[in-house]
Amino acid sequence: MITILETSALNTVQDLGRPGYRNLGVGTSGAMDALALQVGNILLGNQIDDACIELQTYPFVLRFDAPATFAVTGIDALIELDGRTVLPWMVETAAAGQVLRIGPPKAGARGYICLAGGIEVPVVLGSRSTQLRGSFGGLDGRPLEAGDTLGTTGTTLDIAGYGALPPASALDAVAEAQDSKVIHLRALPATDYALFTPEAQKRLWETAWRITPQSNRVGYRLSGTPLELRHRVELRSYGVIAGLVQVPPAGEPIVQLADANTVGGYPRIATVIEADLWRLAQARIGMRIRLHECSFAEGVAAMQPVNAYLDDLRTLVARYRSSARCRAGMKSGAKA
Amino acid sequence: MNTDIKNDVARDTTAAPAINMIGTRAMLFEAPGDFTMAHQRRVWALMDAAQARPDVLELIPGVTNLMLIFSAPPERPQAVAEWLCHAWNTLPERHIEGHLFEIGVRYGGALGEDLEAVCAHSGLSAQDVISIHHGSEYTVCAIGSAPGFGYLHGLDPRIATPRKTVPSLNMQAGTVIIGGMQAGISALTGPNGWNSIGFTDLRLFDPHKQPPALFAVGDRIRFYPESIEL
Repeated sequence: MITILETSALNTVQDLGRPGYRNLGVGTSGAMDALALQVGNILLGNQIDDACIELQTYPFVLRFDAPATFAVTGIDALIELDGRTVLPWMVETAAAGQVLRIGPPKAGARGYICLAGGIEVPVVLGSRSTQLRGSFGGLDGRPLEAGDTLGTTGTTLDIAGYGALPPASALDAVAEAQDSKVIHLRALPATDYALFTPEAQKRLWETAWRITPQSNRVGYRLSGTPLELRHRVELRSYGVIAGLVQVPPAGEPIVQLADANTVGGYPRIATVIEADLWRLAQARIGMRIRLHECSFAEGVAAMQPVNAYLDDLRTLVARYRSSARCRAGMKSGAKA
Repeated sequence: MNTDIKNDVARDTTAAPAINMIGTRAMLFEAPGDFTMAHQRRVWALMDAAQARPDVLELIPGVTNLMLIFSAPPERPQAVAEWLCHAWNTLPERHIEGHLFEIGVRYGGALGEDLEAVCAHSGLSAQDVISIHHGSEYTVCAIGSAPGFGYLHGLDPRIATPRKTVPSLNMQAGTVIIGGMQAGISALTGPNGWNSIGFTDLRLFDPHKQPPALFAVGDRIRFYPESIEL
């Protein structure tokens, strides 16, 4: 078990999401940075969709009421275990009673506290993710509060002290980051792209869109010179997925994300590709995003380095653990 | 124009559907033509056929459109688009014999506070708006936006009222609402831009029930006045 000692708004239990119920109006939810959660789960030998705590606000403090092996992924931040600094993206084991404190990120926005064995909350409609709008999943369908306790499996690993190269270092962005405040993302033109004026189409790709404070797990509202349609359109409600860039009447785009409604009605100008969604999840309010047009084939190919990164990590973790066991004189082939 | 031509236009296969990839794993099919139940029934037929495709992970039926979400990016999106077009042009309408729900509504009052706005827009009295509202039978076209929320077809055009420019911040779940030509019952308590005209205690979604959503596509709804507060 773990006890939450300190938290602010909107930190929730998430796994890889709840696909399969969008036809009933239930959005997928799930970790905004699904890549960081997968890294944590691979490091800890977990199931790939085991649940974690997703942090969006800091500081966050918890107490381990039982020994636990854990990793904090997604961000670079000051992380302390009973006052001792531990590194993000690294596997550590805490003793019962130890307190983990995670300060505001130096890089990234969303941190993932992953535990060996995962966070134990009931599976609702196939997932442990918190569905905030529907008020179910996660811990009673709501954000975490100080005093909450969460079940854990009590799993500890015999080897710790290894970690992963963060995706931001391992994976190349589409454009060289000349300005660390600008995030580069690839996107495909969507259904209504042609309905926008040629100037608006050009501006979509050339503007460094600012992420406004009206941005959250539902979507990011962007700010920049408005994008105009050639003429007004009234659309019928259609299905929405994470990454879809819509343009409401005022002309400033919205990028739909993990907690997006299942259907929407604004004109659709583009879709950020799946391979780049984690970069968006780690973008902070006030930062800027640049969209780069890509083809369907390029969008598909962009998943290859992401998958290769995860595959390499799996192999490295297995090798490291077996060699560390050898050195320690443990029996190889013991539980990973 | 005679009616034969009109029918031809309605089934005109040259009015091609719009089919677009949304990112690399989703495809949106949009039917040509008006929002009619005939078109919606063809979308349901398409949904049924698409459900059987092994590459489809999820389907989101919308209002005369259908989104397909694939388990992996399709190797040839064009082939899927052609399959959809062919299915659209050849499948018969799918008539769903849904459940009939008879739902008591407490019209007006604080929970139906936009009744006045609907009267003002339609130029009708509150009594007329209420009788027109419960005089129609509605069909659940699609479920979405919020868990269990059904988009209802069948609103009498006389009481169609545009969405509010300033949404209500905390509309109760169970509020009976009108948004443009669509009708519905709000599924969640929260901000809502549709016009409230009444209230029902019905719970539209329970994640622990099977099925979790009360309404299914094709269900029919009749409202009756439980009380009227003007």
